[in-house]
Amino acid sequence: MSEPAPQSARRPGLALQAPRTQSAITSPTRISLRQINAFYGPKQALFDVNLEIPDNAVTAFIGASGCGKSTLLRCLNRMNDTIPGARVEGQILMDGVDVNGAEIDPVSVRSRIGMVFQKPSPFPMSIYDNVAYGPRTHKLTKSKADLDELVERSLRRAALWEEAKDRLDKSGLGLSGGQQQRLCIARALAVSPAVILMDEPCSALDPVATAHIEQLIEDLRKHTCIVIVTHSMAQAARISQITAFFNMGQLIETAPTDQLFTAPKVEQTQDYITGRFG
Amino acid sequence: MRTLSPAVKARYFRRQAADLIMSGLCIVAAIIGIIMLALILWMLFSKGLTGLSLDVFTKSMSSTGTGGGLANAIVGSLIQVGIGSMIGAPLGMMVGVYLSEVGKTSPFASVVRFVNDILLSAPSVLIGLFVYQIAVSPFGGFSGIAGALALALLAMPVVARTTEDILRLVPQAYRDGAIALGSRENEVVRKVILPAAFGGILTGILLAVARIAGETAPLIFTSLGNSNWSTDLTKPMASLPIAIYRYAGSPSADLVQLAWTGALLITVGVLLLNVVSRVSLAAVKRGQS
Amino acid sequence: METTAAKSLIGTRKPHLGDTTFHISLYVAGAIVVVVLASILLIMFLGGRQAFETFGVGFIWSTEWNAVTSIYGALPAITGTLITALLAICIAWPIGFGIAFFLTEICPRALRAPLGIAIELLAAIPSIVYGMWGFFVLAPFMAETVQPWLTEVFAWIPPLGDSFFWFSAPPLGVGLMTASLVLAVMILPFIAATTRDVMLSTPQLLKDGAYAMGATRWETLTGVVIPAVRGSLFGAVFLGLGRALGETMAVVFVIGNATRMPDSLYAPSASIASVVANNFPEAETGSIQLAALLGLGFILFVVSFGVLALARLLLRQERMA
Repeated sequence: MSEPAPQSARRPGLALQAPRTQSAITSPTRISLRQINAFYGPKQALFDVNLEIPDNAVTAFIGASGCGKSTLLRCLNRMNDTIPGARVEGQILMDGVDVNGAEIDPVSVRSRIGMVFQKPSPFPMSIYDNVAYGPRTHKLTKSKADLDELVERSLRRAALWEEAKDRLDKSGLGLSGGQQQRLCIARALAVSPAVILMDEPCSALDPVATAHIEQLIEDLRKHTCIVIVTHSMAQAARISQITAFFNMGQLIETAPTDQLFTAPKVEQTQDYITGRFG
Repeated sequence: MRTLSPAVKARYFRRQAADLIMSGLCIVAAIIGIIMLALILWMLFSKGLTGLSLDVFTKSMSSTGTGGGLANAIVGSLIQVGIGSMIGAPLGMMVGVYLSEVGKTSPFASVVRFVNDILLSAPSVLIGLFVYQIAVSPFGGFSGIAGALALALLAMPVVARTTEDILRLVPQAYRDGAIALGSRENEVVRKVILPAAFGGILTGILLAVARIAGETAPLIFTSLGNSNWSTDLTKPMASLPIAIYRYAGSPSADLVQLAWTGALLITVGVLLLNVVSRVSLAAVKRGQS
Repeated sequence: METTAAKSLIGTRKPHLGDTTFHISLYVAGAIVVVVLASILLIMFLGGRQAFETFGVGFIWSTEWNAVTSIYGALPAITGTLITALLAICIAWPIGFGIAFFLTEICPRALRAPLGIAIELLAAIPSIVYGMWGFFVLAPFMAETVQPWLTEVFAWIPPLGDSFFWFSAPPLGVGLMTASLVLAVMILPFIAATTRDVMLSTPQLLKDGAYAMGATRWETLTGVVIPAVRGSLFGAVFLGLGRALGETMAVVFVIGNATRMPDSLYAPSASIASVVANNFPEAETGSIQLAALLGLGFILFVVSFGVLALARLLLRQERMA
C-alpha cells in the first residue's frame, strides 16, 4: 500500500532522522478509543476519534497547537474530569473495561495509568518522598524495606539512581530540569502503571536532557504502553512506533511512524509534515 | 534646528509645574503622615518604657489604686488569645481550603468568600455584643471562654483569607501531579497542597494572632476583665487590652503609667508578630515563584 | 485473564469515606462563616426588638437618650458615628492617597519596600494605642492650642460664627473634632497601604506606555493609573470608612461620650460603638437599655454591612481575576 513519498516533498531536516524500519507492530492493542467526542463547555475539542493504541510501543500524537492532542491524552486517564465544564463522550476500552464509563472511579483509572507533564513538577518534598508518594498513597508496600527497594528500582528505571542515590533526602526541587523530569517519570513508574502518558515531556528541556529522556522512553516501552504528545515531528519520528496526526479536533491519520512520515495517505498530513502549515 | 513655539513651551512648563506641585503635595502628605505616626510611636515608647519593671510581669493588678503589675492581665491575654487561635485558626484554614480547592468559583463559594470578607472588617464591637448574647447572657456570666470565643470569631476570617490567598500561589502542577498519581481529593490537599503551603499558612495564623491580641472592644462584653489572678475559664478573666482601657481612664498616675507600659507591651508584641510573619511570608513567596 | 486483573484494579465509583468527610467538613466550615454573619444580624435584631417595639421606627430618629427616664433614641449616636467617620475619611484619604502615590512613583526605589512595610506595620497597631494617644496628647493640644486658634481665625465670619461647622463653642478638647482626627490618624496607614496595593496592580506596561509618550508622573497617575483602577480606589476608601464607622477604642477615649445631638464640631458627642461600650456595664440583662444598645448594634451592623459590601464589590474585580 505504502508508496514512498517523493523525496522532494520531505523536509531536509527530517531526512537526517530517518525513521527506523519497524513498520510491523506485532504487539496487541492496549487501549481502544471508540467515537471519542470531547467538549470544554460549549466548545467541542475532539470529533469522533477512533484509535487503537498498541502495548509495548510508543504512540505519538502530533499536530498544531490546539488540535486536540493534549485533550485526547487527558481523556485517557480521566484528567479532564478535574476541569469544570469538560465532558468526554465515547468509549475508552482498556483490557476490556470502558475507563470512560460514568460508573468507573477516575481515581482507579489514574492509579493504572501514569502521567508525565510538560513542565517538570516534582512535589516540594525530598526525592525519596516524591517517588514514594504513589506507593504510600496506594499502600503498595508492606514494609519500609520494600518501599526502599521500590524507590530504588523506580529511580533506576528512570535512569536517575546514580545521580540521586546520595541525596535521596534532599528536595526534589534542587535537581536540574532534566533530572526533575526523570524524577517525575520515576514517580509515575513507582506505581507500576500499565500505561504512561507523556504531555510534551521534553519541551521545557535542553537537547542533552531531551536525549536522556528519549533514551529512557525507548527502554521503558519494552514493558509498557507509552503515549506521548509532542510538538516536535522530529521527536515523534525518533521515538515512536505509531504516530497519530490531529488537526482541528479530528484524527486525520494514524500509521506506523516510518510510514506516516514517508508516505502519508492524507494530503493534510502531507502538508503538515512538509511544513506547509502548523 | 527647529525651535519650539512659545505656546508649546508654556504648555510644557505648565505640565511640569502641575507635576511638581502635585508631587510636592504628595511628598508633604507622606511626610505629615509619617511624622504623625512616628510621634505616636515615640510617645508610646517614651511613656511606656519608664514604667517597665519586673513588677509589671510578676505582680497582679492592684485594686487599691497604687502599685501592682499586669501579670494576671498578660496571662489572661495569653490564655484567651491562645484558645481563640486554636479554635479560629483551624476553622479559618478549612474555610480557606474550601474556597481555594473545592468551592472555587461555585455560587456557594462566592457567597462564603464575600461574607468572609465582610466579617474580616466587621466592627469588632458587634462580635463582642453577639458573643455576649449567645455565650455570656444565657450562661449567667462573663467568662474567659466567652472572650476566647469572640477572639476566635475575629481570627477565623483572617486565617481563611490568607489561607485562600496562599493556596492559590501553590502551582497547579502539584495538584495535577498528585491527581495523576491516583490521589483522592483529600489526599491531594493533605499530602501535597497543605505541606507545600505550610509556611504561608503559618504566617497567616501569626497575623491573625497579632490582630486579636490587640482587640479590646469584644472583650468588654465577654471576659469583662478581672483585677485578681484567675485562670478559671468560666470566670471573668483579665486581659492586657482591658487593663489598659480601665487604667488609662483612672485618676491615679501610677495606673496611667501601667496603662502606657501595657500599651507598649502589646504594641511591641503585635509588631514583632507582624515582622516575623511578613519576613517569612516574603521568603515563602520567593520560594514559590 | 488480564482482563479480570484489570477489572479488579479499575473499579467503579463508590462513596469514599476520606473524601466524603473531607467535603462535608469543608462545606460545614464554609457554612459556619455564613451562619456567623447571619446570626449576628439575627441576634442583634432580636435583642434590639424591644427597643424598636417600644419606641417604634422613631427609635432611629429620636434625639433623646436618657437613662433616667428610660427613653432611648439612636439619632445622636448615628450622627456622631457618621460625622466622625466621614470627617476622618476626608482627612485621611488625601494624605493616604499622597502617601500611596509617593510610595509607588516618587520615593527612591531603595526606600519603597521599607517605607511600605512601615506603613503596613502602623496599620497593625492596636486601636487602643491610638485612643490613648488621642486622650493624653491630642485632646489637651486641641483644647489649649488648636481650637482657640481656630475660633479666633474664623470668628470674624459673621453668619457662620455660631453655626455647626464653625468654631465658636468652648474648646473642651474631647469631642467630634478630636475623635475625627484620631480616627483619621488610625485609618491613615490602612488607607495608604490599600491604595498603594491598588495602584501597584496597574500593569507596568500601561504606565510605561504613558511615560513613553512623555507624560509626567502626575499625568500618568490621573490619565492611566486612576482610570484603570478607579473602582478599587473607591473600594479602598469604603474599606477605610467601614473601619472608621465601627471603631470603638480609638473613639471612646476622645469623643466625650455625651449622648446628645452635637451643636458644634467641638461638642462632646458619641458614636454607636462608643455608646455601646460605655453604657454596656450599666445595662442589665433584659432591660430596655440593653435592648436599645443591641438595637444600635443592629443599625451599626446594617450600615457597615452596606459600606463593606460596596467596598468588596468595588475591589472584587482584582480578587477573582
